[in-house]
Amino acid sequence: MPEFEPITGRYFTMDVDGKPCRIYVEEAGTGIPLVCLHTAGSDARQYRHLLCDPAITDHYRVIAFDLPWHGKSNPPPGFRETEYKLTTDLYKETVMAFCAAYELDAPVIMGCSMGGRVVLHLALEQADYFKAVIALEGSDKLDAYYDLDWLHRPDVHGGEIASAFVSAQVAPQSPDLYRWETLWHYMQGGPGIFKGDLYFYWHDGDFDDRSPLIDTSKCPVYLLSGEYDSSCTPERTQATAARIAGSKATVMQGIGHFPMSENPELFRGFILPVLDEIRGN
Amino acid sequence: MLETLKDSVNADAPLVRRGRWVNLTFLLGIDDEDFLVTIAEGKVESVAPRRLATDTGRFTIRAGKETWAEHWSVMPKRDYHDIWSMLPKGLAKIDGDLLPLMQNLQYFKDVIASPRRKEA
Repeated sequence: MPEFEPITGRYFTMDVDGKPCRIYVEEAGTGIPLVCLHTAGSDARQYRHLLCDPAITDHYRVIAFDLPWHGKSNPPPGFRETEYKLTTDLYKETVMAFCAAYELDAPVIMGCSMGGRVVLHLALEQADYFKAVIALEGSDKLDAYYDLDWLHRPDVHGGEIASAFVSAQVAPQSPDLYRWETLWHYMQGGPGIFKGDLYFYWHDGDFDDRSPLIDTSKCPVYLLSGEYDSSCTPERTQATAARIAGSKATVMQGIGHFPMSENPELFRGFILPVLDEIRGN
Repeated sequence: MLETLKDSVNADAPLVRRGRWVNLTFLLGIDDEDFLVTIAEGKVESVAPRRLATDTGRFTIRAGKETWAEHWSVMPKRDYHDIWSMLPKGLAKIDGDLLPLMQNLQYFKDVIASPRRKEA
């Protein structure tokens, strides 16, 4: 028999926005639930290194799922008749529907990029439910810097352009093996999905007016951002941290926008102390 | 550094293969000086200073001399490491017909980064 990884992958169906969505989810470990949210235009494969790390899975039940339309999760029935557009409400509803379906008790939630944004919304609105939130490459506001229409048009390959845009967000120090694995996920995204996610990340999900309302004594907030991230820059992360009293911000030197997948070994050194602190060690 | 661009691209067979559908001239600006970079089937045919007012290309990428020097260093500082990071930071500007650039974006980014030094 092959030497299997400790990850178990399963499918189930949950209702989101009144429609049944077939969801793909991977998990490993036992202990405090740690729900992981992938970046815009990608999928939960980004978390495979955390799912295989005994230093984490000895203490946490790591659960990473593909959002509807992403990875191996299906788009909802009738998807051909709609343009995919992730709104703040839809994103929050999806995450909470997932946690409810899994009947999780006081989970920690960690998201990257747009996932790092939505966890800030949840830190405010679901402070009694989540044990803590971890925003990787997460800020409460960004400025758009290119026209999203380039991401979905018939004369430009959607997968190649998405990959070429975000390749700028991978640190030059990151190992080639993991750089290209990270970009491969982008090359495989469905048509218009990255664009639809960025609607949330760049436009609908702005949160800088409400992030000061987060009570970190009820729901601790950790912000970790890579030095080479040129969308959620270290400066934007620090500005976000300054608005959230009691939050803890770390700038990860030598890392870009995809810490868990572009340089898992280096990221480990930053995330393990955070996870240890959350479980009170 | 620009003098090495032609040879470094043409010696990189996988890069040439990825650009095999590219046939055009684009302008690369360094400070106030523009260079015409002519590509045929993914290979760089020539890199030449712009001499005539009518010399032009499908699109233009311009940045300052010091910005390009950092871009081409062994381990560029953040914001200088990729054209798509230089743009939001205001370190580079693009103009012209962006369609062929977008259709082959990783190729062009790699072509322009190809003079990057491998060792300190």
